[in-house]
Amino acid sequence: MATARTSYLRTGLIHLALISYTLIALFPVFLTLVNSFKTRNAIFREPMAIPTPSTFSLVGYETVLKQGDFIGYFQNSLIVTVVSIALVLLFGAMAAFALSEYRFRGNLLMGLYLALGIMIPIRLGTVAILQGVVAAGLVNTLTALVLVYTAQGLPLAIFILSEFMRTVSDDLKNAGRIDGLSEYAIFFRLVLPLVRPAMATVAVFTMIPIWNDLWFPLILAPGEATKTVTLGAQMFIGQFVTNWNAVLSALSLAILPVLVLYVIFSRQLIRGITSGAVK
Amino acid sequence: MGSLQLTSIRKAFGDHEVLKGIDLDVKEGEFVIFVGPSGCGKSTLLRVIAGLEDATSGSIRIDGQEVATVPPAKRGIAMVFQSYALYPHLTVKDNMGLGLKQAGTPKAEIEERVTKASSMLSLDPYLARRPAELSGGQRQRVAIGRAIVREPSLFLFDEPLSNLDAALRVQTRLEIARLHKRLKATMIYVTHDQVEAMTLADKIVVLNAGAIEQVGSPMDLYNKPANMFVAGFIGSPQMNFIPAERLGEAGAKTVGIRPEHIALSREAGDWKGKVVHAEHLGADTILYLETEQAGLVTVRLFGEHRYGADDIVFATPDKAFMHRFDVNDRAIA
Repeated sequence: MATARTSYLRTGLIHLALISYTLIALFPVFLTLVNSFKTRNAIFREPMAIPTPSTFSLVGYETVLKQGDFIGYFQNSLIVTVVSIALVLLFGAMAAFALSEYRFRGNLLMGLYLALGIMIPIRLGTVAILQGVVAAGLVNTLTALVLVYTAQGLPLAIFILSEFMRTVSDDLKNAGRIDGLSEYAIFFRLVLPLVRPAMATVAVFTMIPIWNDLWFPLILAPGEATKTVTLGAQMFIGQFVTNWNAVLSALSLAILPVLVLYVIFSRQLIRGITSGAVK
Repeated sequence: MGSLQLTSIRKAFGDHEVLKGIDLDVKEGEFVIFVGPSGCGKSTLLRVIAGLEDATSGSIRIDGQEVATVPPAKRGIAMVFQSYALYPHLTVKDNMGLGLKQAGTPKAEIEERVTKASSMLSLDPYLARRPAELSGGQRQRVAIGRAIVREPSLFLFDEPLSNLDAALRVQTRLEIARLHKRLKATMIYVTHDQVEAMTLADKIVVLNAGAIEQVGSPMDLYNKPANMFVAGFIGSPQMNFIPAERLGEAGAKTVGIRPEHIALSREAGDWKGKVVHAEHLGADTILYLETEQAGLVTVRLFGEHRYGADDIVFATPDKAFMHRFDVNDRAIA
């Protein structure tokens, strides 16, 4: 029975660690949500308290929905995020397929070059990016953001996906070649469905930094028509007065779409790959 | 339909030469098996024939047509893979029909050919299932069906039985043999298992280190191995190799004798020895002897025999079945 007892202890400790990490991770979210439903005075008097009938207030949400075009900001954020993810997945998977499937001169160097972006933050190139965007006449467009985010997401996508694509059976691809499938058909119809869990992982890793980014919207697309949610929420933060109710409400609302996207992708993550192809 | 000529095929990966000049003629309707130890280049040769790898040099002709620049799908071949390689998202029926569909065959004909192949392989009840819902043996039958449906001039098998368990392997082997008789198609089959090679082949090609050691019918290879490699590779248990000088044989470096060509007696014989280990298999008894004259010798007796460890016995090789090899390990005729 000694083994059983130690294993209880072990699982207990593991759960303790995981639960405390979860609490720490969720605490800011909890604080934001809770305070977004309170009056301004209540937020400052007791920031940790749960809203009671006397402190409950929707004034933050009312401000957010009345001032500025928040629906529009949401739309902008969604368009930028979804289009960027789609492009990152498409081009990332194609590059990964080429790197993992074909033997050509400079294959390894090309792979390293494409992975370099993981180590060098794209923000270092902000000035050059801004000059490029100005030169291309793309200032204050969502296109500018999509292009930058696609570039930002590709290195990690290629790195993860090429590792996964190496695990797809060569026999399967060769069977496709003998059956007359083109390389594109092999890529889209045989390989992509098998690396779907990896695609979901990449999508999640790509999505969150894009959705939360304040830097590039502020620099490349600060115009009213192209504001994203994170940038939109900034208008409630002033130099002298900050409308905390509105900021917290805007941030609470901003969690929702990203949560929905995450749920969609994580279901793919969990579903696992279709087995039975080989072995 | 279905002849194949290979002329001085070479294949190198970087500096490493995997195939060192392969010449081979396969006639229509022949069942040819490439056999050899792992890493001998047999699978690479098959993939070169299929067009999945380009040969570094040499020419490949299928039905007299040079196919070096022809893509795999247009070479008139079909291939069965070791790992089955079925399309996981397609049903059995669509798996078998995909090649034809890509080639633009009319629907009615695809239907007809799939039905024919599936009844031949008794796959009818599974046509609507996906590969994940099939057992290993069924999957391999689907893979074979996918090859049959294309009515190729050349069937290529890449170790098709390696993933199956022993009982299923024998059964599927039988099925492939029957299929060959029925379709009268040319088949090229790669295996490392000499039993598969001996039982299925019209012609065996023994490969070693990227070169052909010998080509011949199973019995040719068994009775007249061209060199020590083939002599040792074909036949189980392995042939005994004895340094000729120990036996006082002049003009040869090594003498070979198969375990089944040695007679055993308790009273008298050429080589006196002690039984080191005895394996009783029922149909066969395999004895390992430490002899005074010839060293460690394996003997195979048919049926049951009551020899045990430490018994003193006398072994007599049948001179008619002795093989003699020269200093270059070549057989002396």
